[in-house]
Amino acid sequence: MQFKTASSPHIPQQNSVQGLMFKVLLAMVPGTIAMIVFFGWGVLINIILASVVALSAEALMLWIRKRPIKPYITDGSAILTACLLVLALPQLAPWWLTVIGTLFAIIVAKHLYGGLGFNPFNPAMVGYIVVIISFPKEMTQWVPPLLEGYTQLTFTETLSIIFGGDLPLAYTWDAITMATPLDTVKTQLGLELSINEIENHKEYGGIFGSVGGFGWEWVNGLFLATGCYLAVKGIIDWRIPAGLIAALLVLSNTFALYDYASFTPPTFHLFSGGIMLAAFFIATDPVTAATTTKGRWLYGAGIGVFIFIIRTWGAYPDGIAFAVILMNMAAPLLDYYTMPRAFGHSWTEFPHHHKTDDDDE
Amino acid sequence: MTRSSRQLWHFHGGLKLESNKAISTQSPIVKARLPKRLILPVQQHIGEAGALLVKKGDKVLKGQAITQSTEYVSAPVHASSSGTVIDIDEYPAPHPSGLNTLCVVIETDGEDKWTELQPTHYINTKSPAELRQLIRKAGIVGLGGAAFPTAVKVNPGPQAHIETLIINGAECEPYISCDDMLMREYATELISGCGIIQYMVSATHCLITVEDNKPEAIKAIQAVINEQALHTIEVVSIPTIYPTGGEKQLIKVLTQKEVPSDGFPSDIGLLVQNVGTAVAVHKAIVLGEPLISRIVTVTGEGVKQPQNMEVLIGTSMSELIEQSGGYHDDACKLIMGGPMMGFTLQTDHLPVIKGCNCLLVENTPEETPATMPCIRCGACASVCPAQLLPQQLFWMASSKNFELVQDYHLFDCIECGCCAQVCPSQIPLVQYYRFAKTEIWSQERDRIKSDHARVRHDFRQARLELEKKERAEKLRKKKELLEKKKIAEAAAKNDTPETEIDPKKAAIEAAMKRVQDKKAAKQNNNTSSDE
Repeated sequence: MQFKTASSPHIPQQNSVQGLMFKVLLAMVPGTIAMIVFFGWGVLINIILASVVALSAEALMLWIRKRPIKPYITDGSAILTACLLVLALPQLAPWWLTVIGTLFAIIVAKHLYGGLGFNPFNPAMVGYIVVIISFPKEMTQWVPPLLEGYTQLTFTETLSIIFGGDLPLAYTWDAITMATPLDTVKTQLGLELSINEIENHKEYGGIFGSVGGFGWEWVNGLFLATGCYLAVKGIIDWRIPAGLIAALLVLSNTFALYDYASFTPPTFHLFSGGIMLAAFFIATDPVTAATTTKGRWLYGAGIGVFIFIIRTWGAYPDGIAFAVILMNMAAPLLDYYTMPRAFGHSWTEFPHHHKTDDDDE
Repeated sequence: MTRSSRQLWHFHGGLKLESNKAISTQSPIVKARLPKRLILPVQQHIGEAGALLVKKGDKVLKGQAITQSTEYVSAPVHASSSGTVIDIDEYPAPHPSGLNTLCVVIETDGEDKWTELQPTHYINTKSPAELRQLIRKAGIVGLGGAAFPTAVKVNPGPQAHIETLIINGAECEPYISCDDMLMREYATELISGCGIIQYMVSATHCLITVEDNKPEAIKAIQAVINEQALHTIEVVSIPTIYPTGGEKQLIKVLTQKEVPSDGFPSDIGLLVQNVGTAVAVHKAIVLGEPLISRIVTVTGEGVKQPQNMEVLIGTSMSELIEQSGGYHDDACKLIMGGPMMGFTLQTDHLPVIKGCNCLLVENTPEETPATMPCIRCGACASVCPAQLLPQQLFWMASSKNFELVQDYHLFDCIECGCCAQVCPSQIPLVQYYRFAKTEIWSQERDRIKSDHARVRHDFRQARLELEKKERAEKLRKKKELLEKKKIAEAAAKNDTPETEIDPKKAAIEAAMKRVQDKKAAKQNNNTSSDE
């Protein structure tokens, strides 16, 4: 009898890239639903649009690069990129903005670097940076959260705004969009208002919830919960979000204690904008993160530090994308200097040095 | 039980695997039938093959040596049964390469007649060195799978002091149960073997380590220890986690110590032997029997009657399968060893060798999922018991960066397969490491060869240089001589008076020296008599 030959190990295993991506996508569902509930249909419309574009671009690039299409198109990574990008974009972002961001993410940031596993920068964040730098005005089309006194757009209205660019007759841009809590704080702090005054302002104070931005705290809370589940299951590495949140907490707490009138409290930092999404879903992209355990702590903490710096003193209200890309650059260096001590070796060999006894021979 | 009192430690990573051992431990060890033909590869161990002692047509007895070691790291092979040598030629043998190797083929006569055995009744009458010699002659190799000559391993050198002897009965690979069954049924022999090795290396303690998924084995050993009231031998139950049976991992679990990367367990006062090896040592010393059989687990979903068999070395695997009820229809993979580290065989018409602990027949349809690129998830690093960065090693090995891959400690990789087992991209990581190791070894060989050539070249150059110099020197001397001759001839013509003065002066000087010498001698005599 003749048998098949194969390399060990011979136990069929359960893990797959597809499975990982699918689980991460599934974990994003509750937070995404919260976003749709609080910020309207724009989120869903853009997710569908971006996913279709991402899959098409992925297929096209695989075809051009003569790679097998089926295993890669079904790995879920393109859809994940599309979702992450859309969740970072304003809900009323025009269709062409979403398309440009997605195309840039998939084609340039991912495939021109070699496709899955070879991209040094997080594709979704690259796509985001391209659109925020190129189209700053459209990137302000955020919808106010589901609140009394603010207009809620219907599905068809949202559709026509995103694809047609024209507003329903009764509305003006000012009525249907407004600055995010983070943006508001930034602008008003610049106008010499204190945090307390901003949060209790009669015009826009309503967008602040009990701990973060109204609505945003739910979104962040859900991403935190499902993210923790992923971390417990070992699907994402818990050290990255832990490092990120810890760094942000320490910094924001220190500054708020120093001057609570000019610096936002830590809870506001954690539960406004996309912090939990960034901590558990964006920064944990394994391809672009550091891989050693210590490196992952530092990588996460580095992102937290940069987010705080950009939010506090930078030109952009939320600095997640820039923080992530900056730390992507640092990942190889972190990996190099945080190499674990191999079994049976001493710490003094660290970092590994090229053998010098070769020269003696 | 004594085992709960001992503190244990953890090694990094590892996997909890489905053990699947129970399917082959339902019945006692079965003795395999005496085969008509035995195929004995002369090389079944790590090291050098021995020199042949038989030729075609020779009659051999059971236990008669058919090769003898000519090198230190080597082990002889013995006839597993009596019969006639019918062929000595290249035959397929179980090896990952699938290549043929020199084998002695014996047609058995059915009498199974032993050669004259020389048992040692009282161990203490022999010195450790003599016992080592007996083990060496018995052809014992590590039976855990590595097949390293035991006589070499139990001789850690005059500098080493072995404090503790560790007997490895962990058997951490799924499916394999030959050590489990051996411990259950040969506990007395095992303890005897432990005692012998302990005596040989003068170890104070002996720890028999068994994974906690083998309670029967632990009970059997404990019973013997209690019965004989042994104080220096202890059975230790250790947590079931793969690869805790790896020598270095086992040491870490028991002692928290790490064997230095470039060292041996003996450097930290330890010696590890497999349980099967200990029983073989008992047989070799107490009964005088060389290693001619071993216990093989025949198991897997692809074989009808999984069981453990006591098999003569050289028996065809196909006969074991046949005696185990044959294959199921969907059997598709035959593995020698366990599912994690074993290698696949193309055919079952191969002899059982000393290192063959398990024949695993798998029926899982090989749904080869597409290998995806590495996504650097780091799952591999978190399970690596050698604390390496498997994904980095993979990048380097696949880009053939053989220098860097060594800086990342490729050679500390024990090829346990944990990394590949958890890789979501289904990358056959271990295959890459084996490839890199083989490449580096072959480069090393080439380097040694070219070094050798360079030395020879340098030597030749130096020799030519020397010859050239010598020739020049000769020429110069010849010239000098010629010139001196010329001068001498010229001097002879002038005939100077100096030559007449010289002898006179010399005579006077010689006389003066004689007087001085006498004086000195007198003084010396005086001082010595004063004392």
